[in-house]
Amino acid sequence: MKKSFIATLALTLVLALTGCGNGGNGDAADSAQDVKSEGVMTYAEYEAAALDTQVVIEAYVQAKQSWWENQATVYAQDKEGAYFLYNMACSEEDYAKLTTGTKIKVTGYKAEWSGEVEIIDATFEIMDGNYVASARDVTSLLGKDELIKHQNEFVSFKGMTVEDAGNGSAFMYNWDGSGEEGSDLYFNVSLGGNTYTFTVESYLCGADTEVYQAVKALEIGQTVDMEGFLYWYNGVNPHITSITVK
Amino acid sequence: MNNKHRKHYIRLLSICTLLAMLLSLSGCHGSRGMEAFQIPESFDTSRDYEITFWAKNDTNKTQTDIYRKAIEDFQELYPNITVNLRLYTDYGRIYNDVITNISTGTTPNVCITYPDHIATYLTGVNIVVPLDGLFADSRYGLGGSELRYDGPAREEIVPRFLEECSFNGHYYAIPYMRSTEACYVNRTYVEALGYTLPEVLTWDYVWEVAEAAAARAEDGTYLVNGQKVMIPFIYKSTDNMMIQMLKQKGAGYSTPQGEILIFNDTARDLLYTVADHAATGAFSTFKISSYPANFLNAGQCVFAVDSTAGATWMGTHAPLSDISEEALVEFETEVYPVPQYDPEHPLMISQGPSVCVFNKPDHQEVLASWLFAQYLLTNEVQVAYAETEGYVPVTSKAQGSEQYQDYLSRSGQDNDTYYDIKIKASRLLLDHVEDTFVTPVFNGSTSLRDAAGQMIENVTKSVNRKETIDEAYMEKLYRDVSSLYRLQNTMQTTSDKRDLGALPPMAVALLAGLGITWLMIGAYVVQSALRNHKKRQNHH
Repeated sequence: MKKSFIATLALTLVLALTGCGNGGNGDAADSAQDVKSEGVMTYAEYEAAALDTQVVIEAYVQAKQSWWENQATVYAQDKEGAYFLYNMACSEEDYAKLTTGTKIKVTGYKAEWSGEVEIIDATFEIMDGNYVASARDVTSLLGKDELIKHQNEFVSFKGMTVEDAGNGSAFMYNWDGSGEEGSDLYFNVSLGGNTYTFTVESYLCGADTEVYQAVKALEIGQTVDMEGFLYWYNGVNPHITSITVK
Repeated sequence: MNNKHRKHYIRLLSICTLLAMLLSLSGCHGSRGMEAFQIPESFDTSRDYEITFWAKNDTNKTQTDIYRKAIEDFQELYPNITVNLRLYTDYGRIYNDVITNISTGTTPNVCITYPDHIATYLTGVNIVVPLDGLFADSRYGLGGSELRYDGPAREEIVPRFLEECSFNGHYYAIPYMRSTEACYVNRTYVEALGYTLPEVLTWDYVWEVAEAAAARAEDGTYLVNGQKVMIPFIYKSTDNMMIQMLKQKGAGYSTPQGEILIFNDTARDLLYTVADHAATGAFSTFKISSYPANFLNAGQCVFAVDSTAGATWMGTHAPLSDISEEALVEFETEVYPVPQYDPEHPLMISQGPSVCVFNKPDHQEVLASWLFAQYLLTNEVQVAYAETEGYVPVTSKAQGSEQYQDYLSRSGQDNDTYYDIKIKASRLLLDHVEDTFVTPVFNGSTSLRDAAGQMIENVTKSVNRKETIDEAYMEKLYRDVSSLYRLQNTMQTTSDKRDLGALPPMAVALLAGLGITWLMIGAYVVQSALRNHKKRQNHH
């Protein structure tokens, strides 16, 4: 029992960690037109749907954030926009099949939590098709209302400057420095005189990932390019998956 | 406070249910466990000890700093004991990790926890140290003669808080901090709506004002705040909401032995009430909407119920805030106990961290752990930690200390250490200690608590989705929640047992393993008996 239990935990961890870097290649693998099946919403229809209504979408997995006891949290995207699938019903076996680019049909409810629009109480089925989104450069949209249109998308930010995280260092464990190795990393980057808080979400990219270690090695004043997912929490709160010091 | 909390909070419900089930299964099947702890005759100071302390903080750096200072100070007193700190930001995660580590024999030495969780740990044999003997030990016990610090005597621990750590006839923990829930009220809006705040908030009053606050103008904005968003009443911990409502109504929840009483008519009536007010938009929950503090501080909530240990997030001038400066709205905040059904006899939950000590083969190491656990009750630690939030020290010694009394008297002197909302929240509990209660602790009580909250969450969510809430819905809700939290098979229940369907593969593997183990034990016993029989025959 102990072995199988530990194996389950280990597998869960491995599967959760695969989210980091997967989306970083930025190659569109399927140039075919993104045609929706019958009864499936276009992204525009999904966008227009009211909160708390049932939605049916088709999208392609871009990163997996976590899985536990038959619930998966996943970033997905079609060629028009992105979706955050929170605690979607998913067996461990199916979770393993959700590699980056996998097409899925999702049925759930549209919800919003602290500004993050997501699909909850969802089920899914795997479809034929594959698409890996390229990172959209949204650097110029920082601080603009238009940015929210790209919520949950795989995006990039270029030429930003690392600032003091508030503790004389380039990063903090948790938002206030109360964490330790393995906790979320918070760091500040600026552009054009405005400073923004970015996060390495430890479920998406844990302590043994390149991005986690790279952020820990940052120095104030460095210029960086970043990629990640445009998460929202009372405002934009990108969860980055890769970082390059210029 | 950030989105991560939600991820843990929701996810851990299922983790804990599964792990608790696994532990209870494995704990019931003859594991002999460790030898019971015996208090050594004296503490061997010639040896070095390294102990681990798993601590919970509210994602609050001051609290983690206090833990670190406590460890430093303790290590100065006991240079032969090294304490390694591991930080957590929620109880569920600690519970999860403890259960996992019980199976591998790698539990921490000292751990912040809830009594409900300890009840699950106790399904293992001699896993958690009963503290009765240690309390009473004249040398190393509470106020003992050999202690190198000024710890409290047993009678200096607030009796009600200490009793919360007693179950199955023993003390398995010491209280560390206590809090309750508070209703943080936007007085400005209440009065703008034409109401006067009463001495005691009642449920009827809160629902009435919340409904008034849900009124909109023709353009869709809310009349009370002129904004597009207003959730008049938001509850953070819906498990506490249901538990307190039932208690105040005198309705069933569970017996001390673990008989499930929650699926009763009163609970059903309460859920209909919740549904009515969710339907008008007057009520929502943390899980569905977000932190009550964020809405309160943005002028988008009138009644925000959260822990007194969350007071530093509440109010226009709160020292901690998750929303931008531009979103903050100026208003006057009042701090009340949770709404009541009988204002003459208020009842509110007692909650907050307790500390347990895990058993180890080396009893000297356990004694070293106890010395550290007890150190957390000294005035230095108690007062410092209580000042970080709307907590209350658990000893009368600390509560009555000059330092703590001075702290309380300086309410409102600044918006940091002496933040008035925080100190009002602490005073709320200090004034109502005798009105607090806790729910029965038994193996499975954590699942029952989760189920209590889930029913409110489900009803609210269903109303938002325009589903019909009727008797058929309620019947299905009871069935689904009972099944989800395995309330039928982890403890006694007043309802009929129902088919849970096929077991998950891991549980099947576990049970198969247990079956094989029992077969092997059986075979060994039979073989030994045969051998003994032959030996006896030979002797005769």
